[in-house]
Amino acid sequence: MNELLDLSLVDWSRAQFALTAMYHWLFVPLTLGITFILAIMETIYVKTGNPEWKKITKFWMKVFGINFAIGVATGIILEFEFGTNWSNYSWFVGDIFGAPLAIEGIMAFFMESTFIAVMFFGWGKVSKRFHLVSTWLTALGANLSALWILVANGWMQFPVGMQFNPDTARNEMVNFWDVFLSPVATSKFLHTIFSGFELASIFVIGISAWYLLKKREVIFARKSILVAAVFGLISSVFVIGFGHASTQQVAYHQPMKLAAMEGLYEGQNGPGLIAMGVLSTKKTDPEYKQLKDFLFRVEIPKGLSVLAYLNTTQFMPGIKDLLDGNSEHNILSAPEKIARGKMAIQLLKDYKMAKDDGNAEEASTLRAKFMSDDFQKNYFKYFGYGYIKNPTDLIPDIPMVFYSFRIMVMLGTYFVFFFIFTLLWLTRGTLEKKKWFLRLALITMPLAYLASMSGWILAEVGRQPWVIQDLLPTVAAVSQIGVSAVQVTFWLFAFVFTLLLIAEVKIMTKQIKIGPKDGGH
Amino acid sequence: MRILKKIVHFYYEGFRQMTWGKSLWVIILVKLFVMFFVLKLFFFPDLLKQNFKTDKQRSEHVIENLTNIK
Repeated sequence: MNELLDLSLVDWSRAQFALTAMYHWLFVPLTLGITFILAIMETIYVKTGNPEWKKITKFWMKVFGINFAIGVATGIILEFEFGTNWSNYSWFVGDIFGAPLAIEGIMAFFMESTFIAVMFFGWGKVSKRFHLVSTWLTALGANLSALWILVANGWMQFPVGMQFNPDTARNEMVNFWDVFLSPVATSKFLHTIFSGFELASIFVIGISAWYLLKKREVIFARKSILVAAVFGLISSVFVIGFGHASTQQVAYHQPMKLAAMEGLYEGQNGPGLIAMGVLSTKKTDPEYKQLKDFLFRVEIPKGLSVLAYLNTTQFMPGIKDLLDGNSEHNILSAPEKIARGKMAIQLLKDYKMAKDDGNAEEASTLRAKFMSDDFQKNYFKYFGYGYIKNPTDLIPDIPMVFYSFRIMVMLGTYFVFFFIFTLLWLTRGTLEKKKWFLRLALITMPLAYLASMSGWILAEVGRQPWVIQDLLPTVAAVSQIGVSAVQVTFWLFAFVFTLLLIAEVKIMTKQIKIGPKDGGH
Repeated sequence: MRILKKIVHFYYEGFRQMTWGKSLWVIILVKLFVMFFVLKLFFFPDLLKQNFKTDKQRSEHVIENLTNIK
């Protein structure tokens, strides 16, 4: 299997997928949040009958429309890449991934296309209430689409509810509810959508702040900020809550990711949380070159133990415990897991050979062994480790994971204060006078995108080398295609997506400069 | 039938009266064309569907890939 050795193919394929996913994600969180914001605005319009709220709703609907039109279908390219660049993976995941994505496609198409049309074309043609219901259903539909994608992603981080079929090499869903209600999937979904709500709130406040700086559309801007700041503040509380729940899931199911994001090299009882720190280039151990020392760190005592396990004494394995094993805490060493993974792969190979040779009796015996509870729990569970050449390959990129976590958390904390002060000064009537804060609101818009991207970098880089946790590493998931083909499409995507982004920014800027007018669509 | 006519009329009128949204539709259509008629056709074939006729052959190919580690 040549591609297992060809790291440049793996790296380029990963870079291509990351590029596509990150560009796609530039559009998604704004859609997730702004649909609810404009649904709230329209509800106020329907309740009060105040035409100012209709004007406000229509303006933000226009912003949503631009973002939706430019971003729509950019995620489909990821599905193209599954079939071309990740064919082993896409076959291996079987209907686990197919079912949620199919539901997402159908739901997104019917819900969004129907109700978005009513939202834009329906003013004055359908009743106010029917229009309002359509706006809420658009918001709901957009967020339900995200649900299915994140269920699929959650399964990759914590594969449950399936059974691997050695005849087809596919995972078959045996319990839909285990997949759908997996704690990893639910906490990930809720953390992600509330962060989208937060981003959209910051976006609305930032654009409104620009109007205030220009002394234009003051009433429009103040009302928009009021809705967005309240919505953003409530959302930010949920972001923190579900972020905490996500960390707990990482502690239980992806301890290596947690150890990397905390720079925890040696296991400890009640470890502290590094609030701030800078990694040096100095190695801490010649055996593990990835483990770099800290130039400095500010630690909250017992913080990590409380964050992950809600107690102050919990033992948390460090990277070395996870690689060398720790018998006191029942942690298998990486070499032991690799050996078990190789045995699982060998048994699959032997079974296939017995079938190919027409040796039905041996094939039946081997299949029974493969499917036995003992083998599934103690060997197939480590299937993916069989592809790992060196235990240190199990360590994700520590600086990338460490810093992305801190950027996300620090910005998330800043956003809470940002919403509080926005609301405070808005209600006191002093917001327009604080030019520095209005300018800060403009700067905060790209910071919201940075926080959102950092979250995804943490989630996806942090789970490396796995595509499916413990079952399939990236090197085994990739297709045997030429590196040059991947490089060509990488640059092609970079070009096309950059064009789309420029188009989005230009069209949106033009419409923002025109401002809220009670015009067409 | 009357409801269907109403729905068609609703969409027809909506698109006809479109102002700034027209440029967005141009972008959407160009994007979909590039995605499905350029990228999908020339750059992103489904390798397993393209190279193998049956699911059995696809399974065997993937098992071969997964079990032959150098």
